[in-house]
Amino acid sequence: MTLSIPELEEFARKCRVEIVKMVYRAQAGHPGGSLSEIDLISALYATRMRVRPDQPKWDDRDRFILSKGHASPGMYAVLAEMGFISHEDLHSYRVLGGKCQGHVDMKWCPGVDFSAGSLGMGLSFGLGCAVAASLDNSERRTFVMLGDGELQEGSVWEAAMAAAHHEVGNLKVILDRNRIQNDDFCEVQMRMFDIPAKWRAFGWEVKEIDGHNMEEVMAGLDFLESTNDKPSILIAHTIKGAGVSFMEDNPAFHGAAPNDEQFAQAMAELGEVVA
Amino acid sequence: MSEMAATRDGYGQALLEIAGNPKVVVLEADLGKSTKSLHFRKKYPARTISCGIGEQNMLLTGAGLAASGYIPFASTFAIFTERAFEQMRNGVARPNLAVHLCGSHGGTHTGTDGSSAQSIEDLAIYRTLPNVVVMHPSDYVSTLELTKQLPALNKPSYTRTARNKTPVMYRGRESEIIIGKGITLRQGTDVAIIACGVLVSESVKAAEALAEKGINATVVDMHTLKPLDGDLINSLVSQCGAIVTAEDHNVIGGLGGAVAEHLVKNIFAPLEMVGVKDRFGESGQSDEMLEVMQINSKYIEQAAHRAIARKS
Repeated sequence: MTLSIPELEEFARKCRVEIVKMVYRAQAGHPGGSLSEIDLISALYATRMRVRPDQPKWDDRDRFILSKGHASPGMYAVLAEMGFISHEDLHSYRVLGGKCQGHVDMKWCPGVDFSAGSLGMGLSFGLGCAVAASLDNSERRTFVMLGDGELQEGSVWEAAMAAAHHEVGNLKVILDRNRIQNDDFCEVQMRMFDIPAKWRAFGWEVKEIDGHNMEEVMAGLDFLESTNDKPSILIAHTIKGAGVSFMEDNPAFHGAAPNDEQFAQAMAELGEVVA
Repeated sequence: MSEMAATRDGYGQALLEIAGNPKVVVLEADLGKSTKSLHFRKKYPARTISCGIGEQNMLLTGAGLAASGYIPFASTFAIFTERAFEQMRNGVARPNLAVHLCGSHGGTHTGTDGSSAQSIEDLAIYRTLPNVVVMHPSDYVSTLELTKQLPALNKPSYTRTARNKTPVMYRGRESEIIIGKGITLRQGTDVAIIACGVLVSESVKAAEALAEKGINATVVDMHTLKPLDGDLINSLVSQCGAIVTAEDHNVIGGLGGAVAEHLVKNIFAPLEMVGVKDRFGESGQSDEMLEVMQINSKYIEQAAHRAIARKS
């Protein structure tokens, strides 16, 4: 699919509306990290992912592993825009029997490639998918989205070391560097110092971008697609809650739903008319 | 003296024998020489993934491979598999991905490495995970045969093997070895001894000693703890009226626990559990450890007497 920058921005705006609606309806969930990641996932799916929405288990599809699985509303919104699930399915978020489980789950939702929910697991799983693609001599790529707080999990670095050791060039990571985790700012909870230097030291190709500037996002995805002899990571500087003023850079909206008044304000800010 | 071999060697041999299936891949965490996956690695390096000393990454790399159509066999020491328990729970068992995990050097029989290396809880913890098949074979041949059946299982599994040699019991009896089906090694009507792993041969010894005293014991090798062969246990209760379990594992949650759960839900019989009495081990030779832990044939025999005395 080729979309212009304005079209991509509109794609992401529509997803933002759905994210806030999902969390508002459920009165639970994780809006902050969904809003920070959404420009990245929107651009990835709308312009890069080789997938077939009507054939979600197609063997040679690119894989997308949302390791920060709590930010599921963002993924569900994109899957609905892409046609893997319907917009009606988004009403099943956190509802008994629903496709849209609280954390993304490959057993419940078409288009989801990994059952996440426990941080620090997605990169290893993606590594396995990428190794499998190599064994199959397939051109398919594996994209993994990590959160920055998640980097505090030691297992992430086991996977980072293994991917570099095995020169897994078809493994491509996007880091949603929104600077906030569950309890507070990362800087308060566990300082991570020079994140790009850490990945370089582990043997990865690294590029940094503004994760809300769609032109930079597209350049960043170009970088990931062009790096094939070693694993690569796109460090996207983002704003938690981006697009909804009272959620932006606010640790309170890592995992909290808006009330009626806040919901109306969010819809207005996102340019959505609520009947 | 009867033939002796280690169950871990049965695992290593099985990997070679199933290597003809191009989907079989092996993952190692720097202990392939010990778990015996090294033979596969030497012959099929392209299908062997070294994960370094990183068990958590190994389990989930396996999950990614399984989700992509491969049949991964990952191994390390039983104790170190436990470090990746949550990966096994959330990344393997929950999505029901057929990763086959082998924990070698299980139990106090592991010996002189001491308590840090003697897993006495692995069977219990993996038994609590939905979808996971849990096995602890007793000899080289049964480990070989059971491992060879895993590629067709389409579910995750955990298999405990042992470091040290035990008697080889199943030469010529390969066709009797089936995942989920206990094997009756000896028939008697006074008491049934249900054992797994290295205590199966100890149980046979105990039954021989009991026979000299006029007591006829049935001995069952319950190599699969989950799914448990409940039909066999029911018939053992009908036939013998008293049960002994024997395992080189904590008495909490392992084979004894599984049999106890079955009995209270289905059919009554007095049960005596021979196992590690909720304590940690120490350095010692295998035979010394079975004595220290009070789980060798002598203690199985004593438990049989107690079980028979409790029959109503």
